[in-house]
Amino acid sequence: MANSPDSRGRFGIHGGQYIPETLMNAVIELEEAYDRYKLDPAFNAELTDLFNNYAGRPSLLYFAANMTADLGGAKVYLKREDLNHTGAHKINNVLGQALLAKRMGKKRLIAETGAGQHGVATATAAALMGMDCVVYMGVEDMERQALNVYRMRLLGAEVRGVSAGTGTLKDAVSETFREWTNRIDDTHYCLGSVMGPHPFPTIVRDFQAVISREARAQCLAVEGKLPDAVLACVGGGSNAIGSFYHFIDDAGVRLIGCEAAGRGIDTWETAATMNTGKLGIFHGMKSYFCQDEYGQIAPVYSISAGLDYPGVGPEHAWLHDTGRAEYVPVTDEEAVSAFEYLSRMEGVIPAIESAHAVAHAIKIAPTMGKDQVIVVTLSGRGDKDVAAIARYRGHDLHE
Amino acid sequence: MKTIADAFALSPNGKAFIPFITAGDPTIEVTEQLVRAMAEAGADLIELGVPFSDPTAEGPVIQDANIRALRNNVTTDDVFDMVERLREGGCAVPLVIMTYANVVFSYGIERFAEREREVGLAGVILPDVPHEEKAEFAEVFGSHGLDVVSLIAPTSHERIRQIAADASGFVYIVSSLGVTGVRSEITSDIAGMVELIRSANPQVPCAVGFGISTPEQAKRMASASDGAIVGSAIVRMIGECGEGCVRPVATYVREMAAAVHSV
Repeated sequence: MANSPDSRGRFGIHGGQYIPETLMNAVIELEEAYDRYKLDPAFNAELTDLFNNYAGRPSLLYFAANMTADLGGAKVYLKREDLNHTGAHKINNVLGQALLAKRMGKKRLIAETGAGQHGVATATAAALMGMDCVVYMGVEDMERQALNVYRMRLLGAEVRGVSAGTGTLKDAVSETFREWTNRIDDTHYCLGSVMGPHPFPTIVRDFQAVISREARAQCLAVEGKLPDAVLACVGGGSNAIGSFYHFIDDAGVRLIGCEAAGRGIDTWETAATMNTGKLGIFHGMKSYFCQDEYGQIAPVYSISAGLDYPGVGPEHAWLHDTGRAEYVPVTDEEAVSAFEYLSRMEGVIPAIESAHAVAHAIKIAPTMGKDQVIVVTLSGRGDKDVAAIARYRGHDLHE
Repeated sequence: MKTIADAFALSPNGKAFIPFITAGDPTIEVTEQLVRAMAEAGADLIELGVPFSDPTAEGPVIQDANIRALRNNVTTDDVFDMVERLREGGCAVPLVIMTYANVVFSYGIERFAEREREVGLAGVILPDVPHEEKAEFAEVFGSHGLDVVSLIAPTSHERIRQIAADASGFVYIVSSLGVTGVRSEITSDIAGMVELIRSANPQVPCAVGFGISTPEQAKRMASASDGAIVGSAIVRMIGECGEGCVRPVATYVREMAAAVHSV
């Protein structure tokens, strides 16, 4: 594909390797190992076996008939990553990276987590493969996602709270990088999104690209044509890049990333990086970041812990620059309404992250023709969010 | 204006004692006093940290200093203005900025370098800019006669030669794995790293940082290399003493500088 990064890990001007010297040999070693194993039939056969017989792939492309009839426009399909083992798309990347780490002789996985989904997936893979696991999580998020914290511990992982900064995802990422500089020999940083220094954005994309590889074939099989639009939510952007990747060369397919606008892109309480951020360098990459005029990273906000991140992956920044993909803001209120809508309309409770993409589908489907097709990636299931949404609606419900 | 090379060349024994402080902690006024006091106490080169919201290479002590400085709303321009006042007041000690890539990038690399030269700064240390990404900054800073300091870590191995060959100012040897912070023991093979650096680039001095807090450690590192860098031990003192930190920091710097200069 034309959009692969160049040899220095750049997507256009974005990407690169802005990390301490201490970590450079670790990412070089990772790149060499990945370049070797991605072409290794035995590695790929083992990963496919894990995908199919452990994670439950391929995931369904489900025709949302009620939603389609209700909206009265384009046919809406849901790519059901929520049905994967551990309830989200995160497992795709984690199984790939854990397998790679194991091949590299690493015995320990460390990871950051926001909503807890990536942490749970990493803890799961570590349990399966007999590796040690430490997950860093902002203290704010530990409170928002208490069940996932217990879930990780149940799976044998150690969860370390991060109180630095805003106590959310960006601080968990920073702390995991710090821990990695401390212990490199036996430890792989299992990064959860298409971000960080090269080669992470490429590795994570490739493992998540299974989403669009399946969705493209499934859509062709059912509809006899490609979709008109593919929608996914974007925080760091891993489920979105996975949903877009195999459609990038299909010029007729609109690719739409749905960002968390929080209380609105005209407020400070937002996490919509493409719509409010500017070019910067942080967490190993050049990309767009929410920041002030002196480059201080902004304390972003979204109701969704998984989208509550001030940056976006470098390949998305590049797809934005070239105009190949569009990035639209979706507010908390719109996402919560979509969360409720999909629950009632289809009997599917989506993750609040995924509800951002559902919300935009609700907006655009009625404006499209009945012969047109939208694929919306449901990146995760919403069980983890039920209590928080209840509180948002004013119910005094606690886990 | 004095360069980083001058800092080593003008030291009594060619060895530099290099203290680090975060600008704006506890206030920008006290930072100004600290620079003067540390220069008088024998510091050969001073690293001034421009605070960043997310200092990923720092341990808890310097993280906290960054937070304190940002709570005071200290900006990049405030730091430049303070250096300008120091120079007008006759303080001539070589000064180098230590901060993160985004602080320089968002200010504009060209504009940052220009302002550094105007106020009399000698260059920049960016812990999140490795050799692979250095050119973007070094080409601009170099054209202004300023240095972008290269870092070498215990994990650098075969990278050391290339990094040293392209280094200017001085080579910052990161003594240990992990982030900044006081360590009771430094176990890395510093002498081996220094030998590799010198064989690749006999002109550029090298100094050791990360983990140093006692005069004995400083002396040992300065005899193995060309200098010792101390950050967390001083920043912790500033955190504990607040506005009353100038005198104890000066006393400490005098002792550490003497140790380095006694090698």
